[in-house]
Amino acid sequence: MTIEIPKEKWTGSVCEVTFGATADEGGTRSRTLTVGGETAMPFLHFEGVTPNPPALALEIRDRKPDDWSPLLHQAWGEAMEDPGEWAKAAETAGADMIYLALSLTTADGEPNTPENARAVVRKVLQASGLPLAVAGPGQAEVDNQLLVPVAEEAEGERLLLGICEDKNYRTIVAAALAHNHLVQSKTPMDVNLSKQLVILIHDMGLPLERIIMDPTTGALGYGFEYGYSVMERLRLAAFQGDSMTQQPMLVNPGFETWKVKESKVGEGVPENWGDWDRRAQEWEAITATTLIHSGADILVLRHPESLHRVRTVVDALVNPAATA
Amino acid sequence: MALSGLEIYKLLPQTNCKDCNYPTCLAFAMKLAAKQAALKDCPHVSEEAKIKLEAASAPPIALVTIQGGEGEVQVGNETVLFRHEKTFFHRPGLFWRLRDNDDIDELKRKAAEADAYTVDYVGIDLHLDGFAVEAASSDPAAFSAAVSAISSVSKKPLILLAPTADLAKAGLEATNGARPLLYAADQDNWETMADVAKQAGTPLAVRADTLEALADLTQKLKQAGVEELVLDPEVSGYLDSLERLTTLRRLALKKTFRPLGYPIITFPGTNGEIDETLLAAEHIAKYGGLIVLEEFNPASLYALLVLRQNIYTNPQKPIQVQPGVYEINSPDKDSPLMVTTNFSITYFSVANEIEGSGRPGWLLVTDSEGMSVLTAWAAGKFDAERVAKDAKAFNVEEKVSHHKVIIPGHVAVISGELEEEMPGWEIMVGPREAVDITSYLKAMWPN
Repeated sequence: MTIEIPKEKWTGSVCEVTFGATADEGGTRSRTLTVGGETAMPFLHFEGVTPNPPALALEIRDRKPDDWSPLLHQAWGEAMEDPGEWAKAAETAGADMIYLALSLTTADGEPNTPENARAVVRKVLQASGLPLAVAGPGQAEVDNQLLVPVAEEAEGERLLLGICEDKNYRTIVAAALAHNHLVQSKTPMDVNLSKQLVILIHDMGLPLERIIMDPTTGALGYGFEYGYSVMERLRLAAFQGDSMTQQPMLVNPGFETWKVKESKVGEGVPENWGDWDRRAQEWEAITATTLIHSGADILVLRHPESLHRVRTVVDALVNPAATA
Repeated sequence: MALSGLEIYKLLPQTNCKDCNYPTCLAFAMKLAAKQAALKDCPHVSEEAKIKLEAASAPPIALVTIQGGEGEVQVGNETVLFRHEKTFFHRPGLFWRLRDNDDIDELKRKAAEADAYTVDYVGIDLHLDGFAVEAASSDPAAFSAAVSAISSVSKKPLILLAPTADLAKAGLEATNGARPLLYAADQDNWETMADVAKQAGTPLAVRADTLEALADLTQKLKQAGVEELVLDPEVSGYLDSLERLTTLRRLALKKTFRPLGYPIITFPGTNGEIDETLLAAEHIAKYGGLIVLEEFNPASLYALLVLRQNIYTNPQKPIQVQPGVYEINSPDKDSPLMVTTNFSITYFSVANEIEGSGRPGWLLVTDSEGMSVLTAWAAGKFDAERVAKDAKAFNVEEKVSHHKVIIPGHVAVISGELEEEMPGWEIMVGPREAVDITSYLKAMWPN
């Protein structure tokens, strides 16, 4: 008996998006990063191609964060004291991209300033040759205040600027347009909202090759399944030819999983939750691994060990020879 | 593949006699196709048609039941490739592998510890499903003793990893009438294993390293009279698992390929180079039916059990809690009043944190149709109007005397409107995340 693998025939594909610019391209990055281009559901090499493996980014901050888990402080140690050192450490840990999130305030509690944001971005660009994403602290007014000067400061570097949301995307998109950067379009776990924001951003004149969709994920146990299914649905829509759902997808399991109790708290939790360090790392690594299966193209992580473990999974999935 | 209404109609008597209580045979056929009527309601259908229709209505992936001394695990009978298309029905069973060459007391200790393992996740009790006992000694007496020892401390379902009929029989005799899964029939031993499974009335796993060989074997076993089968396609890595398990699911659902229409068993920890937890996570998301773990580690098991729960939640029915005012730690009229949505995960996160803070509080759970705070807000199900309406409906005025209400930090934007909707009330903006509730209450609600 011979058995034929039932294959899907898709008409659409995921758009390819490239971050960073080398000296030849007008930037200072030592390499660029391309994601997207898939023509089949994740890693089904028998019916389509995955020209670019999912990329793994590590999140760093412009200063040592006050609210991160002690486990992350242990993992990064001294490097957290300085964004340049932290970026170097993230590169050494094997990241494909640095995801720099700016804080609302400086270490002494004063509001963050455009000057500080410029200086930090300059420092990170000098410390690491990896492509860079820069996100604001998540308050519309402050985001705009900080990201516009950052976009100018890093002219030519093809940054990923975040985070565009439906309430606040115009200023960030305008800055990306003016200084040749890309944007992260984030919507709360909904296929139509995701599509709609891509359309709005695209209507402002930003080419689709410069938009990344962030459909939002929940942490394992905290609504994870909603984001997971929204991503599968977006990806299926992309293959069916819906052109406004064909952007590569970025998700941030690091941010989501490290804020939940399972990762944050070591004491006063049920004994059967097991060893804290291991549990916290499983939470991030399992969330990320499962998101890879629902179509994630970029995963932003926080713990270097999770990155290492998820990298092993990615390597095995993209390269048939490695698991033969 | 399921037949369409018209295909079913062709097999019916087409007399429109109405004995089935539908006006026409076509109407009845449509109801049959939609699984809203049963064929037995037609007294005139021919034997030949009955056989055809019943064969077509058998599930594309068979349902397999493994029973322990108490409780059972059911796997299979899945109908979709992606959970959003309908839902995934039968959560994969998670089993821990124990070996008969281990010391008997040690086996008992391990089994008892794992048997007692349970974690509460949003009010749901999560636990390991059972044990896979391996006849590693190849000695029927030792295997029997090991199965007895484990059965003496745990009533959970078992999988007997016994490569020969003699070992399988020895294991079965020690299970005290439970209905374990026998593992496994292969090219060499299938005839004798089929005899044992048939005699004991147990399901049987089938092992082969190609899908062709697997299909050959299942057909032989079916002819030999064993109906409940489980497939082991002998996968060992992330990619071959994904390809083979996806192919099996597609063959069953899209081609109604009966020889491979069975649930799948995997052993994600047997390839020592692979991260067992992450491969098990893949098997949970992508089509595993029974998952046998090498390691029992509470931290990893908890994460996998939660993943399984998430993936197998019905996407059409978010788990909700009843809207209303909940009392936490015996609150009085001076205790804080907090608001959240009725999505179960949101409710449990918030309620657990308030409880854990040791402070009394009132929690107003609004009817947000089972959505989390941000999602409900975006969908207009958790706005000022809704909060004010439910505050009134559930009489918060009578519960507290202070006229202060704490809203989730994620919806700080509704505070202005809420002030208008709830005149005389002070709107306080709480933390964005439940985990910060204790420190918030300490700072903002002294005493």
